[in-house]
Formats: sequence, C-alpha cells, structure tokens
Amino acid sequence: MTDDQQAMTNNLPTMTGPVCPVPLKHSEKIVLGHGSGGKMMADLIAKTFLPPLDNPVLRAGNDAGVVQPELGPQLAISTDCHVVSPLFFPGGDIGRLAICGTVNDVAMMGAKPQYLTAGFILEEGLDLAILERVVESMKAAAEEADVEVVAGDTKVVQKGLADGLYITTSGVGTIFPGVEISGAGAKSGDVVILSGYLGDHGIAVLGARGELGFESDVQSDVAPLNHVIAAILATSEQVRVLRDPTRGGVASTLNEIAQQSDVGITLFENAIPVRPAVAAACEMLGFDPLYIANEGKFIAIAGPTDADKILSVIRSHPYGEGTAIIGEVTAEPPGRVLMKTAIGGTRIVDVLAGELLPRIC
Amino acid sequence: MKYVTEYRDADLVKGVLQQIQETVTQTWVLMEICGGQTHAIVRHGIDQLLPDQIELVHGPGCPVCVTPLELIDKALAIASRPEVIFTSYGDMLRVPGSGHDLFSVRAAGGDVRVVYSPLDALKIAQENPDKEVVFFAIGFETTAPANAMSVVQARAMGVKNYSILVSHVRVPPAMHAILGSPHNRVQGFLAAGHVCAVMGYWEYPPIAKQYQTPISVTGFEPLDIAQGILTAVEMLEGGRVEEVENAYPRAVTFEGNQPAQKVINQVFEECDRKWRGIGTIPISGWSLRPEFADFNAEMRFNVGEIQSEESPLCIAGEILQGLKKPHQCTAFGKQCKPEHPLGATMVSAEGACAAYYRYGRGINE
Repeated sequence: MTDDQQAMTNNLPTMTGPVCPVPLKHSEKIVLGHGSGGKMMADLIAKTFLPPLDNPVLRAGNDAGVVQPELGPQLAISTDCHVVSPLFFPGGDIGRLAICGTVNDVAMMGAKPQYLTAGFILEEGLDLAILERVVESMKAAAEEADVEVVAGDTKVVQKGLADGLYITTSGVGTIFPGVEISGAGAKSGDVVILSGYLGDHGIAVLGARGELGFESDVQSDVAPLNHVIAAILATSEQVRVLRDPTRGGVASTLNEIAQQSDVGITLFENAIPVRPAVAAACEMLGFDPLYIANEGKFIAIAGPTDADKILSVIRSHPYGEGTAIIGEVTAEPPGRVLMKTAIGGTRIVDVLAGELLPRIC
Repeated sequence: MKYVTEYRDADLVKGVLQQIQETVTQTWVLMEICGGQTHAIVRHGIDQLLPDQIELVHGPGCPVCVTPLELIDKALAIASRPEVIFTSYGDMLRVPGSGHDLFSVRAAGGDVRVVYSPLDALKIAQENPDKEVVFFAIGFETTAPANAMSVVQARAMGVKNYSILVSHVRVPPAMHAILGSPHNRVQGFLAAGHVCAVMGYWEYPPIAKQYQTPISVTGFEPLDIAQGILTAVEMLEGGRVEEVENAYPRAVTFEGNQPAQKVINQVFEECDRKWRGIGTIPISGWSLRPEFADFNAEMRFNVGEIQSEESPLCIAGEILQGLKKPHQCTAFGKQCKPEHPLGATMVSAEGACAAYYRYGRGINE
C-alpha cells in the first residue's frame, strides 16, 4: 500500500446516520408538474376540483362526461385547453390540436362528435397572419373530423400575460346506440390494443422547441380518431375501453384504466411499437416512450375473440399504421400495470409522477 | 437504434445468464456503482434472472442523490435572485433542499431553466448579457469535461456573466470509502462504464489490490450488465481478487479519453467533498482551480457560508452505501414516493429508490 492509499484508508469518513430532508408537498403553489398528466395532476383533481364540483359523471373520471338529457339520446361532453409552444410544429399546430383533442375525447366514450365550441385567449401583439393560419388549420381538421365549430369566444390579454395564443375547445356528441364504453369496463382476459407508434407528438414538439439538441424528422401524430373509432364500434361489440394516451403517455393512461376497472394489465415490451427515431431520442434524453404524449393514438381494450377483427379494421385505416396488441388484462394485481421485459423479467409500470425531466447523464 | 438493440437481444442475454449460473458455486455480493446501471437492472428485470447466490447492491453513483443538501440550498438562494437565470439538468429541479426545491423557486417567479448541456447555459449567457447565468455543475467524471469546457469557452469568448455552482464527485474515492467501511459487504464491483469511458480504468488496479476486491468495468445495456456480472463472478470464483477486467471494451480503454481528462485537469482540482447521506470523503470531488475563481458561483454570489442541517427521516445514506435496499426503508412507497420524495434517492431517475419504486421492486411483494 502506498502512503497515499494508507492516508486515504485512515481518513475514511465516519459514516453519518440516516439523513434526508422533510418531504416537499407543493401544496401552496401550482408548479408545472400539476399539468403533466401524471400523479400530481390526479391529486390536484381529486383534492381541489372534485370535492366542490362533485357529481357522479365527473367522478367517473373519463375523457368526456357521459350524460343523459331529459329529452333525447345520451351525450358525451368534453373540454380541452391547448397551450402548446411553439404554435406550429412538424405534423401539426395548435389549431389542429385544439380540434382533434376534443374530437378524440368525445369519440373515446363511444360517441360521434358533432359540434364544437372554441375559446381563444390572444396575447396583445400576436400577428393576425398567425391567427389566420391557425384558424385555417382548425377548419381543415374540423372538415376531416366532420364536425362543426358552432360557437366561440375571444379575449385579448396584455402583452406578456399569455404566450401568443391559447385555445380551449369543447365538444359534444351522441353516444352510438347500444355502445357502452368506460374506463371501468376492462375484464380479465381482454386484449390491450394500441393504434400505432408511441411518442411521436411529444418528441416532435420537443424537437420543434430546439430542446433535443439534435435534428429530428419526427412528425406529430395529431389526428382526429373519430372515424376509426366509429369503424371498430361498427365491427365489434366487444370493445370495452377506449382512451387516447395524451399527456402522461400510455403508462399513465393504462394505470388509470387498471384502477378504474380494478384489474391488472400486463404489457409485452417486445410488442410495443416505437419508431426508431423516437426510441433514439428517448434513449438520449433518458425518457421512456411510455410516458411521452400522443395526440393521434388510442388504446382499445376488447374481448379476445374480436381482437383480430378490430386489429384489421384499425390497420386498414390511415391513422392505424403500426397497430399492435401490446398487452393483456389480468385479474392480478388489481390496479397495477406490469411489463414483461424483452429478456424475461417483470417490472411495474407506474404513472408519471410530475413533470417529465431529462436525466443528467 | 443500431448498436443498441443488439445489446438487448434476449437470447444473447439468456446465454450469458446461463454462463453465470454455471460458474457460480457460492454466494457473492456485487455492487454496481452507477445509478444508470441500477436503473437498467430493475428496468429489464436482470436481478430476477440471476442465480440466487448473486446479490446486487446499489452504489452511490447517482450524482443527483449525493449532492449535499447545503449545495442545493446554495442553488436555491442563487436561483431566487432577480438578476439570475439559473440553469440545471432537469432532474436536479425536484431535489428537496431544506425548505423547498427549484420547481418552487420557478413557481415563485425565479428564472430556472432546464438545459441539456452547460454549453446551452453558456449560450443563454451570451444571449442575456444583462443577466447572470449560473449552471449547476453536478455529476461524476462523465459530466465534468463538458462543464470544464464551458468555463474554458466562457473565458475564451470573454463571457463575464456566466458562472458554475460546482459539486463534482469522483468514483474511485467513493470505492475506497465503501470498501474501507467496517460495515462493508461488497465483494466485487461493477465499475461504471461511462465514467471509465472518460477516465479509463487506470485508477482501479490499486483499489482491487488494496481491498482484494475484483472490479469489472461494465456497460449499461442488459447484455453489458450480464457480461460485467459474469466477468466479476469469474474473477471471484477463480480467486483473481486483485484484478480489474474490462467487460465494456467497445467504449472503454485503459487510458480513457485523454482530451477530456486534460480539460478536467485544466479547470478543476481535487478537493474533499461531502456526499449526501454518506459524509465527507477525502479528495472525492473536484472544485474550480484558483485561476478560474471568476467563474465560481459560490464566490460570485457569496453563498459560501450557507450551512444546512439534514433531519433524520430516511435511510438514503445506508442505501447509498449498499447497506440496505430501498424497500427496507419504512417510508418507501408510503410517505416517500417520486412525487413527494423524502430523499434524493427517490428523486432522480437514477436513484435506487426511484428505480425500485418505478419498477415495482419491494412493493406489494
């Protein structure tokens, strides 16, 4: 042993006891994590929004509220705020996002979305040409989805009080007769279908922000899914759960379903469709594609006997490329999502905690 | 993803696991140093596929976890100043200081930004000449070269409004501290491949020799980790306890990355460093050399005097030393979760507690 090594051995620290600071509960101020679609947002809803506004429809916690008016058929109603930066990104823009987000939330209840409203918060100084581009894009998306924007509202705030342009849309649609879709409908033995490649939207937006630090040609998947949903509902009566995995990603969405339905869900790592460019970007940033936002994908949970029929309907649709069965519903462990890893291990897939953070190295 | 998927090939991994099974004749305790390896082990379920005789304990190699509380408090004090744009790697934002975290500073109006590299922070400094831009320079030998380079470039370009808050730590002194502890259980090490890619592994043979503990330089993909474990087990079973072997030769050489080491030595000097949960380890850190004192945020903002007291609520210290597993903590998964971390090991994606929690080790088992 050299003198240096001897000195080092002699100078070893006295190991201090257990140490850690007290927990931080972000109880007094809103932080970004409250809007990330993960556990912090779920807590905010459960503790701040739900108690004063409580009713059975809201409590069901679905993408859209399903209501039965005194006259007429059952309706699905949803609302969605859009605050994306930048306003234009590869594959879409805030206008297309605002139409598709609400169309999809209504469609995920087994409804045919028909009418939308749109609210605009505009920042003083916004170029009118930008607003015109956004509205043109809304028009195109609404035509594609076969919905109409039938009412709207506009407010302008002082420069610096908003980031260009925010859009809130609400939508309503009638539930297809005889269809009952709910997050609580998954049954043991059902298959979990994902309608294509994961994470395209989140990575496209990060790329457009210049936050990837490298060039990426990933396009957002933002798209109206109501037509493909109508097609599978016309094909099979075995569809029990539909949901679009937006913020929080597939992991958070499946955890919600597992809890609402009180079932376990097991995913097969090998079966999960991720584009190589998205996988590579996630690898470099330390993100898991299961937690990245999608705006043109849905999860369908359905009885196993119709699985092939449903798969072929989705795959034949323009927005169904890469559709795959990614998992199965099990009785155990209730409320949890597991992953069979490619090499044969098992792990739990939890919901996103707060804001998605890139890791240090 | 070419050159990565090959190292996740299930059949190849199973082949190496089989070799480990055939080689092992007794129990061995191995420590993986690096938090990235801990994460990969539980993410892929490698620990479940090893023979029962092999126990993996998780080392202190998460830079977020070992950053001392008082440095985080200094960061919070600097970030709260109105003239400062505080830049950091993302996962430092949620690490709790004594009172709050960087997220809270941002919510209270502080300008806190996530960057992916200190060179991005330097760019922000150039674009905001009326602001003071501070980068939170934490990490092991892996992040040190880029952090050092940002200072060299700032000086060369005459950027005066850039400084770094340094808490660099080094792996070899931590290995000394663990192996020299009277409670040590570690019989073999998986050395951190990324650190060795920068530093080489010339520092390790004296450690292996001094403590009769073999060291296997190990990568991060499932096949790399399996290969690293096999190499360590072969050395242990063969009685080659003074040896260091490189099981990650596609990335690591004995000498390491010479230009990277050169810029580190140009900017940083060795210093004693406090590790959160462990204590002060001699010459285990790097700090700015006196000739770069202009770029030292602690001096620029006069926060050198901040002292912080840790309160005894979690067992991160024992976990970071490999004495306990995360689920042996009574708070694990109960009071302590990623959204409400009691300790830094639950915060970072590379922290052992966060890895255990996210992938369900020790929960409902």
